[in-house]
Amino acid sequence: MTTAPAETAAPSGTLFRLATAGSVDDGKSTLVGRLLHDAQAILSDQLAAVARTSAERGFGEAFDADDQPLDLALLTDGLRSEREQGITIDVAYRYFATDKRSFVLADCPGHVQYTRNTVTGTSTADAVVLLVDVRNGVVEQTRRHLAVATLLRVEHIIVAVNKIDAVDYSEAAFRAVEEDIQRVARELWAQNSGDAAVTAPIVVPVSALRGDNVVNVSERTRWYSGEALLPILEQLPDADAEHRRQEPLRLPVQTVIRPQGGLAPDADPDSFTDFRGYAGQIAAGTLRPGDRVRIQPGHHTAEVTAVRRTDLQRDLVPGEAALAGESVVVELSENYDVARGSLLSAVESAAQERDELTVRLAWLHEKPLTPGARVLFKHGTATVKALVTEISDRLDLTTLTAQPAAQLNLNDIGTATVKLAAALPVDDYAASKRTGASLLIDPADGNTLAAGLISLPQATDDAETETDEDWLSS
Amino acid sequence: MNTTTAPEQAPPTRPDSVLSAAGTTALARLEAEAIHIIREVVAEFDRPAMLFSGGKDSVVMLHLAAKAFWPGKIPFPVVHIDTGHNFPEVLEFRDRTVERLGLRLVVGSVQELIDSGELQERADGTRNPLQTVPLLRTIAENRFDAVFGGARRDEDRARAKERILSLRDEFGQWDPRSQRPELWNLYNGRHKPGQHVRAFPISNWTELDVWRYIAYENIELPPLYYAHEREVFHRDGMIRAVGPFSQPAPDEPTEVLQVRYRTVGDMSCTGAVLSNAVNNDLVLREVAEATVTERGATRADDRLSEAAMEDRKKDGYF
Ligand SMILES: Nc1nc2c(ncn2[C@@H]2O[C@H](COP(=O)(O)OP(=O)(O)OP(=O)(O)O)[C@@H](O)[C@H]2O)c(=O)[nH]1
Ligand SMILES: [Mg+2]
Repeated sequence: MTTAPAETAAPSGTLFRLATAGSVDDGKSTLVGRLLHDAQAILSDQLAAVARTSAERGFGEAFDADDQPLDLALLTDGLRSEREQGITIDVAYRYFATDKRSFVLADCPGHVQYTRNTVTGTSTADAVVLLVDVRNGVVEQTRRHLAVATLLRVEHIIVAVNKIDAVDYSEAAFRAVEEDIQRVARELWAQNSGDAAVTAPIVVPVSALRGDNVVNVSERTRWYSGEALLPILEQLPDADAEHRRQEPLRLPVQTVIRPQGGLAPDADPDSFTDFRGYAGQIAAGTLRPGDRVRIQPGHHTAEVTAVRRTDLQRDLVPGEAALAGESVVVELSENYDVARGSLLSAVESAAQERDELTVRLAWLHEKPLTPGARVLFKHGTATVKALVTEISDRLDLTTLTAQPAAQLNLNDIGTATVKLAAALPVDDYAASKRTGASLLIDPADGNTLAAGLISLPQATDDAETETDEDWLSS
Repeated sequence: MNTTTAPEQAPPTRPDSVLSAAGTTALARLEAEAIHIIREVVAEFDRPAMLFSGGKDSVVMLHLAAKAFWPGKIPFPVVHIDTGHNFPEVLEFRDRTVERLGLRLVVGSVQELIDSGELQERADGTRNPLQTVPLLRTIAENRFDAVFGGARRDEDRARAKERILSLRDEFGQWDPRSQRPELWNLYNGRHKPGQHVRAFPISNWTELDVWRYIAYENIELPPLYYAHEREVFHRDGMIRAVGPFSQPAPDEPTEVLQVRYRTVGDMSCTGAVLSNAVNNDLVLREVAEATVTERGATRADDRLSEAAMEDRKKDGYF
């Protein structure tokens, strides 16, 4: 039996996404620069440009192997205004690979004004590296970013207690911050879900500026028995990808492919006269030819007659599967009104169809949210009109408790009830990220207002509410 | 439970031997992500189009688009902004590819705008920065509401900041200080009339990923991406081809060297690199060992200032 090389290219967790977080000036960009630099991921012209700018601006405190003062933050702070102000404004994406893993690094801003950008970088992260300046300890922005990472259920949170050089590598200073951050993390988890299975974050003392404990364990922190940051990052299990495969099938239909629109020049016209393929990226679970799926919203089921992965030049044969994360085209035995916005689900554990939802929100817009707001609700490949009927609470970042609230302001995290113009098939975000996530969009100007995480009551019965569309008919 | 072929366990036999198994699977993830983005944009916009220059990134992007809709054909036209100083072999490749895929090609011309006096030739003769005006005009005239670009975040520090779906105002401008949040893989393409969106499906690919993919999928490229003999001269530390739009000064001697191109832009500002890489395997090896970025090595337009790319992008450049 011969196997074409293309057949082995299945996705797995080897592309690992990291995001930085933490308060302004705690050293996020410097740390990212340090990781890139010490992992030899910087090419000579980039390094020369950084050295030139560092010298021009009189950046003198850096300590580099060749004693060349380098402001490593300049590697990611690429916008003119960022370099002028010395802060990060928007996420910079950088890429580097070690023998073990390819990394996508999202360097996020610390300033409270740009929290929306930090939420952006965090939403796709497999791990967040939260920086804390050892001299300042845990501040409000530290708590906010930790709350965001907890809310978004980022799989791993690593805390880098930075600028350890500035306190003479003091163990006592490190331990104080470590204790504080563990307490905050515990409280946030309890607040968020009461989930017992969550492990405490790994805490590492580092100096981004000098490179202590970034790639190699430092001689100057002999009291620290753990590993350096990079080896930790290389070994973190890609739990998200694993979980997603174990979950029941969820395939949001992006578009319907039909030969009426014209066939590809290499497609044989006789084989595709009645072709109707549903294209999408598998959000969760696995899909095999012969499987029965439910077409949601609704109760119809159909048999999967063919599955084509985009990385193969042929249909899957019996026994082969397409996995979560793969882009596919499927054909079904029946075509009951399947279109963009439909969800193909596992028959045994389909998504719950709801027209009223409790949603945890990260509010990202200057315009506050008040009950009665009309928004667009984007979920999977569907977008429906929605009405925010109630705001039940808002997270107080000082006490880390949920407080009653009349509105949500920029950068608030809170809970709201949303009534949808049509029932959508949804999951609890904790159970299935892709089908538990949503956006709230301003219908007037199209701006993204909030990240919405669907929270379903733990009820086991598949009670479905009736759809009621007349209230929004316009 | 059914057993599968467990593809992640089988060591791949691959044409690009420098790849580890880890590289293979990261590439599959990038491919699936790019195809998801392309399908989202086509489904949500009325009049999408894809920029296609014949350069490696746009060739890869077009290849992904063909996969995204197969067995259907690519459901949008392609756009090329022709500086008038392109390499003839790239234009020939462009036309052949468009013909093979049965696509409609829309060309925006820098030369026409220079001839009509609407654009002025720059003192340094570089035409890449002049592409913004014909690009925006082509978008407006064809009422394109979404334009796919093959830009990658690893190319430049300003590009490293850009969203996958990036809003442009009525003047085609990018405002890097107030980009929309972009959460998970939920891309919000809503925009007002007159605005449009740029979509970057291969944002997260590196130069090495692009070459791995080209080798893996056996994608045809214009021949100048591979080592060949060419008459060249040296200027500003770059190797320039001798050609109709790129003439040496009297004190710039010419010689024949074996070179290849890492990017193909305008002949007047794109430099070649010395190379023996005559096939994908050798190019991959070369890229993996490169010590200078592709733009730093070969693009005079990006050397103009520290924020050259950011400034051009704010004005509406690719
Ligand atoms: N002493 C010392 N200074 C550091 C260290 N890391 C960063 N710094 C300095 O702290 C300042 C802020 O560093 P950045 O890396 O720009 O901080 P940031 O967290 O990215 O800031 P924002 O992105 O604007 O939130 C700079 O002056 C750095 O040189 C460190 O390990 N030790
Ligand atoms: Mg920063």
